[in-house]
Formats: sequence, C-alpha cells, structure tokens
Amino acid sequence: MCTVCGCGGGETRIEGEEQHHGHGHGHNHGHHHDHHHHHAHDNPLHFGQGPAHAHAPGLSQGRMVRIEQDILAKNNEYADANRRYFSARGIFVLNLVSSPGSGKTTLLAATIEQLKGELPLAVIEGDQQTSVDAERIRATGAPAVQVNTGKGCHLDAHMVGHALERLAPAEGSLLFIENVGNLVCPAGFDLGEAHKVVVLSVTEGADKPLKYPDMFHAASLMLLNKRDLLPHVDFDVEACIANARRINPDIEIIELSAKSGEGMAQWLEWLRQGVRRQATAPDQHGA
Amino acid sequence: MHEMSLAEGVVRIIEEAAAREGFSRVRVVRLEVGQLAGVEPAALRFCFDAVVRDTLAEGARLEIVPLAGSGWCHDCAREVAIAAHYDACPACGGYRVQATGGLEMRLLDLEVDDPAGEPCCATTKSE
Repeated sequence: MCTVCGCGGGETRIEGEEQHHGHGHGHNHGHHHDHHHHHAHDNPLHFGQGPAHAHAPGLSQGRMVRIEQDILAKNNEYADANRRYFSARGIFVLNLVSSPGSGKTTLLAATIEQLKGELPLAVIEGDQQTSVDAERIRATGAPAVQVNTGKGCHLDAHMVGHALERLAPAEGSLLFIENVGNLVCPAGFDLGEAHKVVVLSVTEGADKPLKYPDMFHAASLMLLNKRDLLPHVDFDVEACIANARRINPDIEIIELSAKSGEGMAQWLEWLRQGVRRQATAPDQHGA
Repeated sequence: MHEMSLAEGVVRIIEEAAAREGFSRVRVVRLEVGQLAGVEPAALRFCFDAVVRDTLAEGARLEIVPLAGSGWCHDCAREVAIAAHYDACPACGGYRVQATGGLEMRLLDLEVDDPAGEPCCATTKSE
C-alpha cells in the first residue's frame, strides 16, 4: 500500500483497476511519478476506503501536541499538485457539480460535439459505480477516464491525480471533471480546477441554492439547464437567480438547454474565454 | 457523508503527528470548525468514532470549537457577522454578502500519552 496517499487496498477503481502501486514516493509528491499504469482508457478507476491502520496502544502521562493544521490539508496538497500540472500545460479545468439528474453528462456530450474540431478536450467522469458516463463521452470521440468512488460521495484531488496519469490530457486542452452527482459533499474538495460550475435544471426547485448553499458559494458559474422544459414545469427563474446571488453575489449565471441548444453559444463562449486566459497565463496558478 | 473523509483526514494528521512526536495514544482531539465550513458536527462525531477504531485515537474525546461566520457586504463595504450563507447583512438587510470567515476546519491540538517508560518530551528524543 502507498504509505503517503494511503490508497491501494480499498474499493476505489480507475478504469476497473484497484489502486495498487508499489512506489515509495516522498513528500510534496505529485501524481505524475511512474506507475505501472495502463494506457487504455476503457476501465474505470475505483476508490474506496483503505484498510484500518493498526497501532499498539501505550499508556502513561498525557501531554499537549499543537497541530494547527487544516483537516483538508492533504487533499489541498494533491489539488495544488494537480493545479501545477494544469498550469504547466495550459489546461483549463472545470469541476462540474450538481444533483444527480441535472443533465451534466448530456450537457458535456453536447458541448464536446460543438467544440471537438476546435480544441483538444478530455473528461474525467466520477460516479460511485459503472462506466456508463465515460462510455457516453468516448462515443463523442473525446478521451475520458471513469473514476468509481465505491462508497465515496465525492471526487478528491488524489483520485483526480491518478486519473490524470491515465488520461494525459493534451497541452492547451479543456478538461471537464464531472463530479459525483451530489450537491453537498463535493463543495469542500478542491480538485485543482480553475472553477467549480454548478448545474441546476428547471425540473428541480428554485430554492435549491438556499437549501445547498455551500455548493453555490463554492461555484463561479451556475448553468440553469433544461430551459426547454420551462413551459411544462413550475419553475421561477427569477427567484432561482435571486437565491443563487443571495448565497454568492459574484456567481455568473447562464441559462441554457443542452437539448434544444438555446443558450449554448453563451456557454461555449465562456469556455473559449477561459481556455484563452489559461493559455496566456500558463505559469500562474488557476483562479 | 463527506464527514467520513474529513474524519479520515483527522486520523491521517494524527498518525503523521504520532510518527513525528512518538506518542502512542490520543486522549483528546480538538478541532476548530467554522460555522460556514459545510460540516455537520454531529455527523463528524459519528464518523470520527467509526474511523478511529483500531487506531491510536480509539476512544479519544472529540472537542469541536465553533468559529463564527463572517462575510463581506458589497453594499456596506465592510466585514459583517453572518451565521449562514443565506443570511442578510445585519447592517443594511441586503443579500450581497460574500462569506469570508468561518469557512475553516482545522485540527488545533491533541492531548496524548507517550509509551510507558518513555520520557514525556518526545521532541528531545533521539531520531
């Protein structure tokens, strides 16, 4: 088992493979060391919980030990390593978050169809189980790696680092990380992305930003998806936007429909601008 | 239940500290958790008790020190106290408040035991 990242013995799988790697990497390690990794993209990565650590207890007098460390420090170290990797290669990375069923994968497939002749694209798909989503993305012609989190409720930066080894996205590419469908847990985990993009569909409630504030606070952009269904549902667009801005006054908002294509031009332009910014500031860490 | 991952993060930090400091058992774990950190203390306690089993922190008491939330009101152009992301500015009543404080979650310190027969000052031990 890897003693630094603690992975190797659990349920986590990347393209069907458990995370066994016989390396003894040091501190400040990124994920880009040599592993006996496969280059095929058609097996999902699986992540879960490693085995419990056994320690012999002792006893005697107590003393205080100062720690003063962020609980997410480990994740943040991996995220920083990912961000350096993206920065060095001019890769613009978005972390797509939403409830299950908001249409993230359909939106991604539609986005890839429109941009694939223009930009190098790549996708990391996160789900608890199955590689259905990665297969859908690969059907569009874009390279995709599936990460299965097992019982995990979110992707973390360590999983993404291993997915990058497999995916090896081209320089200057646009990389989408589609997180596990969950409006709660992915909010706290930096993956090294430039922005979190929250997708909310009009078949959900307009009050979701208030109910799941952490995610809307963490996101830079909200995509209000499935606009084509507005005539059939009771969804108050104005109230939803006001609720999102109440949580995050700086959030950008684009209304669109991946199905009808409405609003897609604005989203594609937002993406192009991000890719251009990343390319012109390759040495700076993402915003 | 990302509290499970957070609890695992706490155990990982404890184990790194144990390797550094040489303690063998943890009595008390003190965390600081911001009001806007997106962490449910009850869920964190539940997960902590589960993940410390068979570690040197098994049975340790978890103390959670709350940290008040705050935000920047764009209209008042100053820092104000808020208890939730959706709170209005207490000064102007507006909602253009961006959370800026109380987002932290940190492991502050540990009360630990050293192995029997060892001196208490692990930092002076030979490497």
